[in-house]
Amino acid sequence: MYRLANITKDYPKGRGVVHALRGVNLEIADGEWLSIQGPTGHGKSTLLQLLGGLDRATSGSLELDGRDLTKLGEGAMTKVRASSIGFIFQTFNLIPTLSAQENVETALVPLGVGNASRKSRAAQALASVGLADRARHLPGELSGGQQQRVAIARALVKEPKVLLADEPTGNLDEDTRDEIIGLLEKLWQDNGLTMIMVTHDSSVARRAQRLGTMRNGQLTVKQTVK
Amino acid sequence: MFFTYLWRELRRRARQAIFIAVGLALGIGLVITVTAASAGVKNAQASVLHSLYGVGTDITVTKTPTTAAAGGGGFGFSFRQNSGTAKRPAAGSKINDNTLSSDFTLSSISSSSVTKISKLDKVAAAAGGLTLTDRTVSGTVPAFNTGGSTGGPGSGGPGSGAGAGAGGGGGFTGGGTSSFSTNSYTVTGVDIGNGELGPLSTGAVSSGRTFTTADNSKDVALVEASYATSQKLKVGSTIAVGNSKGTATNFTVVGIVSEPAGDSPSDVYVPLGVAQSLANLKNDVNTIYVSATSNNDITTLANTIKSTVPGSTVTDENSLASEVTGSLSSAASLANNLGKWLAIAVLIAAFLLASLLTMSAVSRRVREFGTLKALGWKSRRIVGQVIGESIAVGIVGGVIGVGLGFAGAALVNHFSGSLSASLGGATGSATPGGAQRFGGFGGASGAPGGTTGTTGGTGAFRGAFGSAARTADTVAVHLNAPVTITAIVLAVALAVLGGLIAGGFGGWRAARLRPAAALSKVA
Repeated sequence: MYRLANITKDYPKGRGVVHALRGVNLEIADGEWLSIQGPTGHGKSTLLQLLGGLDRATSGSLELDGRDLTKLGEGAMTKVRASSIGFIFQTFNLIPTLSAQENVETALVPLGVGNASRKSRAAQALASVGLADRARHLPGELSGGQQQRVAIARALVKEPKVLLADEPTGNLDEDTRDEIIGLLEKLWQDNGLTMIMVTHDSSVARRAQRLGTMRNGQLTVKQTVK
Repeated sequence: MFFTYLWRELRRRARQAIFIAVGLALGIGLVITVTAASAGVKNAQASVLHSLYGVGTDITVTKTPTTAAAGGGGFGFSFRQNSGTAKRPAAGSKINDNTLSSDFTLSSISSSSVTKISKLDKVAAAAGGLTLTDRTVSGTVPAFNTGGSTGGPGSGGPGSGAGAGAGGGGGFTGGGTSSFSTNSYTVTGVDIGNGELGPLSTGAVSSGRTFTTADNSKDVALVEASYATSQKLKVGSTIAVGNSKGTATNFTVVGIVSEPAGDSPSDVYVPLGVAQSLANLKNDVNTIYVSATSNNDITTLANTIKSTVPGSTVTDENSLASEVTGSLSSAASLANNLGKWLAIAVLIAAFLLASLLTMSAVSRRVREFGTLKALGWKSRRIVGQVIGESIAVGIVGGVIGVGLGFAGAALVNHFSGSLSASLGGATGSATPGGAQRFGGFGGASGAPGGTTGTTGGTGAFRGAFGSAARTADTVAVHLNAPVTITAIVLAVALAVLGGLIAGGFGGWRAARLRPAAALSKVA
């Protein structure tokens, strides 16, 4: 469970300061799906980075399961990322020189999973996203939808509690978008994930349980109507 | 995963990796080639110096004669000492003069100095040697006119061993062919008790035997092989050796000695005691050969000996090496200066190139590393990956570099051919068996005649220095550039170092990367 209290994030820019987040207060329950929308440059991705432990808040507290991420050291933060948080990016961010299977394995490397177990779990994860037959293919040999499936498999292979998705369908056509969102929804339900998704696509955002809107660094959240 | 990722990444940027590897290979190849050439030059120098020095000899001690002492070293006639006021023998009188005298480029040292030196700390052994010159002039004095004034004093030779020579006699302008025959050869008295040191230490007995302690006071001789050939001497032959009074004694040749190329051997070797007696130099030597207990002690020991034997010239291998000139010296200079700096420059350029390219590669992989950080990879692991890739490229460069180094060394061997080493020409300082023998020839260059005098015959005196000229001071040495295990280890170390430097820069950049960079790229 996430609990954010009065989170601010400032960036220095030139001689001034950009206030990317201005006192965000939010609670996200375990197993919840929250979508965040908003104009570009209004703090969506910054919030996602703080939730993922990729950056630190300027002030406020950000708890994940009772641990304040703003107070964790770099090593502990890395461990949290390695074990508890899965990421999906708009541009997939696969390692171009590694096969689909090896890309999935990279998520297990920091956990110290043995070679055989790593391979077997990666193969299962790929099978769960319907890419068992593409395991040896390089990212460049896969379509956009397939690459995002590999990225989803990579995010989920370590069985995280939280899945953070930054515009996961932003680079996909409509059919593929629906296919990927359908897959994510299924995995969210099957695995009891807490899923936070930044998206510009309202049709995608509306599928979440709650919908947040970021504007000028402030977040407003409302329940979606299904 | 580490090796899979490393291999795939290198394969992806194969051209860049090859470029870096070739750059490092060139640097490393040059380092190996220069190291090999340098070692080859060093070996060649050691070979030259060793043959001049004698096996086991670390230091030689000599004394440079003073001008006055050297002045009498002119011709072989008995009237040679009467410089400037020579009495000429009457025409028709017979001359048969076989004189054994000290090498005029060396001054005598008391035998007690040998004992003193042998008792010094850090001295393993010391032996004395007495280098002499046997000059024979025989024939009938022709009728001649004193066409010129008495010859002026001879000018010194180029070396410091030469003093002002005795003036030549008056010019021989008489006609007719001279009936003089002249002969000169070098004789060295050998300390038989310390045979491992001294002039015979580099030689090998090719026929007969060497000296034994039983020969200490016998009229027996060893003859140098080329001199034996020229004089048709063999084991059992006799050779006439003069004494200080001009009288000859027949010595039995008991062995023929071959000296290595590059040496300037004596023509004849006799027991030291016998040589001292004949030359009327009892208790005198003119060279002391010293062996140190350790190579590290040589410099210190040389200084101690200098103070123990005042006025002596103490020569060790280093001081002798500084006197080597010729193409060997040029090669040494080339290898040590130009080659070394060229190799260092190429190596630095290669390291810089590798570092810049690696940093550039890391810059292009910002998102990749950011993603890995987002996945929970520690910075250390990412830095390790970057350094691993660089070291792998470095090792490939090192392997290619070793190959290039072998090729470079082979080219050095092929094209260097024979190098020449000249010793003693520059300073003429006294060294045993080498420079001091031909550092200068005292009165040799004194005008043989007066202002109008000319030699009367067909070069009556020319032969007096013929044998000295034979001991040419230029030695041909073949340069063999060896690629040693040390050089290969050095190359691998440099390759790894190159990889570490390049990877270090790249890794430093990767480590500083904020993990948020992966997401910010798409925000």
